[in-house]
Amino acid sequence: MIVRISGEDQYELPEQDAAKLNELEQTVIDIVRGGHQDGFSDAYGKLLDYVRSHGTLIEDDDIRSSDVILPPTDITFAEAGVEFTGEGIIPD
Amino acid sequence: MAGLGGRMSTVVKAKVSKLLDRAEDPGETLDYSYQKQVEQLQNVKKGIADVVTAKKRLQMQETSLQQSVVKLDTQARQALAAGNEDLSRTALERKNVAQTELQGLDTQVAELEEQQQKLTDSEQKLRAKIEAFRTKKEVIKAQYSAAEAQVRISEAATGVGEQMADVGLAMQRAVDKTENMKARADAVSELEAAGTFDDITQLGSGEDDIDRQLKQLSSQPAVDDELAKMKAELGGPAGAAQIAAPAGAAPAEPAEGSGEAAPDSEQS
Repeated sequence: MIVRISGEDQYELPEQDAAKLNELEQTVIDIVRGGHQDGFSDAYGKLLDYVRSHGTLIEDDDIRSSDVILPPTDITFAEAGVEFTGEGIIPD
Repeated sequence: MAGLGGRMSTVVKAKVSKLLDRAEDPGETLDYSYQKQVEQLQNVKKGIADVVTAKKRLQMQETSLQQSVVKLDTQARQALAAGNEDLSRTALERKNVAQTELQGLDTQVAELEEQQQKLTDSEQKLRAKIEAFRTKKEVIKAQYSAAEAQVRISEAATGVGEQMADVGLAMQRAVDKTENMKARADAVSELEAAGTFDDITQLGSGEDDIDRQLKQLSSQPAVDDELAKMKAELGGPAGAAQIAAPAGAAPAEPAEGSGEAAPDSEQS
C-alpha cells in the first residue's frame, strides 16, 4: 500500500497497516466532527507520524501511484472539516 | 476513499486515461506526456518566483518601517529635550504603530520563507520524477509491444501526474498565503501613504485626523511608559518644561519643525 503525505513524500506500508491507519483517521474524523479544534493537530500528527515511522520511503525518482493521499501537515482545522468527512481514507 | 486524496488521484487518473484513449502511437503519447511535464515544471518555477517577489516586497516594507522606528525615536527624544512633550508623544505614538506593523511583517516574511522552501522541495521531487519518466519512456519505446506499452505508460504517467497534482496543491496553498499577505502589505502601504510614519517635523501645529486615529491605534500605556523613561533619561522627573528652558543645555538639536513649538520654550 502506497501512502502519500501531500507536500512531502510517498511511503510504502504493509497492507495490514490499513486497519491501524483507519483507526487513527477515525480519531481525526471524530475530532473534526465534534468541533474540537484543540486536539486536531495532535491527532492528525499521530496519523502522519505512524506513516513516516512504519512506512518505507519511496525515492523521488521512483514513479509510483498512491493508494492513499493524506492532506499536508499544515492543514488547518477549517480545511480538515472539508477533507475528513467520508468514511475513511482506506477504501473497502 | 474520502477527502483530498481520493479526489486528486481520481482526477489525475481520468486525465491520463483520456490522453491514452486518444493516442494511437504509444511512443507519441510518451513524448507528449514528457513535454507537458516539462511545461508544468516551468510553471512551478514561476510560482516560486511569485512567492519570492511577495517576500521581497514585505522585506522592503520592513526595512522602511525599521528606519521610521529609529527616526521617530530620535525625534521623540529631541522633542522632549526641547520641552515639547506633545510632539514627543506624537512621535512615540507613530513609533508604536510602526513597531506593531513591523512585528506582523516579521511573522509573514518567516511564513513566506517556509512556503518558498516547501515549493523548492516539491519542485526537486517533481524534477526527479520527470527525469525518471524520460528514461523510462525510452525503455518502454524500445522494449515493449504497443499493447504492453499502453499499460506501462499509464502507470508511469499516473505516477508523475500525481506528483504534479501534489506540487499544484502546494502552489495553491502558497498563493492563498501570499494573497493574505498582500492584504497586510497594502494596509501598511496605506498607513505610509496617510503619513502615519512620517517625520514629525512635517506636522502642523494642530492635531490632525491621523493623530486622532493614531491615539486610538496605539496602546496608550506603552507610550506613557516610554515617555516616562525618556524623561528619566533626560534628567529625572523634573519635567520637560524645566529641561527645555536652558535650550543650550540640551546637546541634541531640536527637530527642525519643532521650531514652531519652540517659541513656547523660549518664552518660559
